[in-house]
Amino acid sequence: MARGKDKKKRKLEKKQEGDDVPKKMPHTLESLREKDETMLANVDDEEKLEAQKDMELDELSSYYENSYEPKVLITYSDNPHNKTRIFGKELCRMIPNSISRYRQRSSVKRIVQSALRENVTDVIVINENQKQPNGFLLIHLPNGPTAHFRLSSCKITPELRKDYKEITNHRPEVILNNFSTRLGLTVGRMLGALFHYEPQFRGRRAVTFHNQRDYIFFRHHRYEFTSDGKRAKLRELGPRFTLKLISLQQGTFDSKRGDFEWIIAGRRHQMETSRRKFFL
Amino acid sequence: MQHDDVVWAIINKTHCSHKVTTKTQQFCRNEYNLTGLCSRASCPLANSKYATIREENGIIYLYMKTAERVMFPAKQWEKVKLSRNFEKAIYQINENLLYWPAFIKAKCKQRFVKITQYLIRMRKLKLRRVKELVPIQRKIERRERRREEKALVAARIDNAIEKQLLERLKKGTYNDIYNFPQMAFDSALKAEEISSESEKEDEEEEEEEREIEPELERELERTVEQADEFVEADSDMDSDEDSDSGKRESANVASDFESETSDIEDMADRIPQKKKPRVEIEYETEPVASVSRKKIKH
Repeated sequence: MARGKDKKKRKLEKKQEGDDVPKKMPHTLESLREKDETMLANVDDEEKLEAQKDMELDELSSYYENSYEPKVLITYSDNPHNKTRIFGKELCRMIPNSISRYRQRSSVKRIVQSALRENVTDVIVINENQKQPNGFLLIHLPNGPTAHFRLSSCKITPELRKDYKEITNHRPEVILNNFSTRLGLTVGRMLGALFHYEPQFRGRRAVTFHNQRDYIFFRHHRYEFTSDGKRAKLRELGPRFTLKLISLQQGTFDSKRGDFEWIIAGRRHQMETSRRKFFL
Repeated sequence: MQHDDVVWAIINKTHCSHKVTTKTQQFCRNEYNLTGLCSRASCPLANSKYATIREENGIIYLYMKTAERVMFPAKQWEKVKLSRNFEKAIYQINENLLYWPAFIKAKCKQRFVKITQYLIRMRKLKLRRVKELVPIQRKIERRERRREEKALVAARIDNAIEKQLLERLKKGTYNDIYNFPQMAFDSALKAEEISSESEKEDEEEEEEEREIEPELERELERTVEQADEFVEADSDMDSDEDSDSGKRESANVASDFESETSDIEDMADRIPQKKKPRVEIEYETEPVASVSRKKIKH
């Protein structure tokens, strides 16, 4: 009863206040996010410039100067099961100029060497556990960086009731959403550098990496603008998956003597100080 | 001293600490045993002439014992280091076991082959990449799964994608692929709105200079201005008909909304013209406004 009265009161108050009072926004993890000092949105111009210069000098800058065409090698853990294989093939179909090869028990370092010989610019290694793909290692060549992701909720096209044949050969456009910190930008740039820098807009394919609370959601759509150009209709093509950064390493893969730019293992409690702290 | 048959009789019939009996077979755990089976021929205890192959830290040795040596258990076994080279090692075995029973010779070679093979395999395993098994922490995994679900809900991915795509469309990333007449119309409309807003701003500034007037007056003014504009447009049409090139250009500048600054300048030019009717209206409408104010007060 009391609650009902309260509701009435509140309604009355609202009426009296009128429409001028801005609607209160509920707090979310995004709005309460702890500020990261490397976030580009809240630093002054000088630092922004510095960050931009930094980015112009890093290993990925040559891609963003459109100086080369990315070539991607996709490989698996030792004995990939069916789902992982299909997943890799679909990735292969989606990423232009990519090839899928079985690993045949060679080590990552040797894969990197042979990939360098064949002018491959990025290597993807998909790991699996209990027949489900669960790891995603992305190595940018010739000299890093290397990002290791946790791969989860991976859905291949048959699971989405889609046909892989719908994926056309056009080069897709890439949408990178919400990467705000320096680390996030690096990761975003790495993921973006998998695709050709010149998308074919006629294919109307869009590949999205959306970062939300450190989870990078991947989606693959075909879009169509409505006739008045005010809305875009989306049709999912698949596959879809979620990535979460485990570690970022300078240089190519080296698990023993590698120089980790960012890793959370081991010092978890020191790094994960708050639920509202996000790194990307 | 050495009675092989007696020893064997004891081992076979009664007890041997190296013997392992299973349902189907009897095995021997003695480390010198050549075959691993418990049998008369391959028992290292019940044979005074015996040879075997053993591996110590990756090096393969041939062990031999003869009846003459059995008296000194410490010196019982003669140890011959075998070469790393397979063929050389086989030759060594052949040399050392010349005139020995064929069974022992054959079994020794067999065992040698087996040991070299497992050594090769060991080396390969060591040289190959070392896989590290990482435990999946159940609680962390569960938490991450839950957070992922929540993040997915919060992300509203489809909306974000649509927004991004439309933004790109607006920015002109797609060049001439898409042609939306409606959109072009909207953009033109918007430009017009912007220009009219700028007009208003100009007026407002002027008004502030003079005095702050009630809204009613302003609305009236606006209607008057619109009327003014219509008149101007008419005059434009006239000029078009006249096809006077110089005039036409000036009219275009006034109607085009791409360059706001020039527009504002034009406005500034025009404003003194408009001032006259405004002043007149002020006198007319003031009493009305005061009446309306009073009404509100009551």
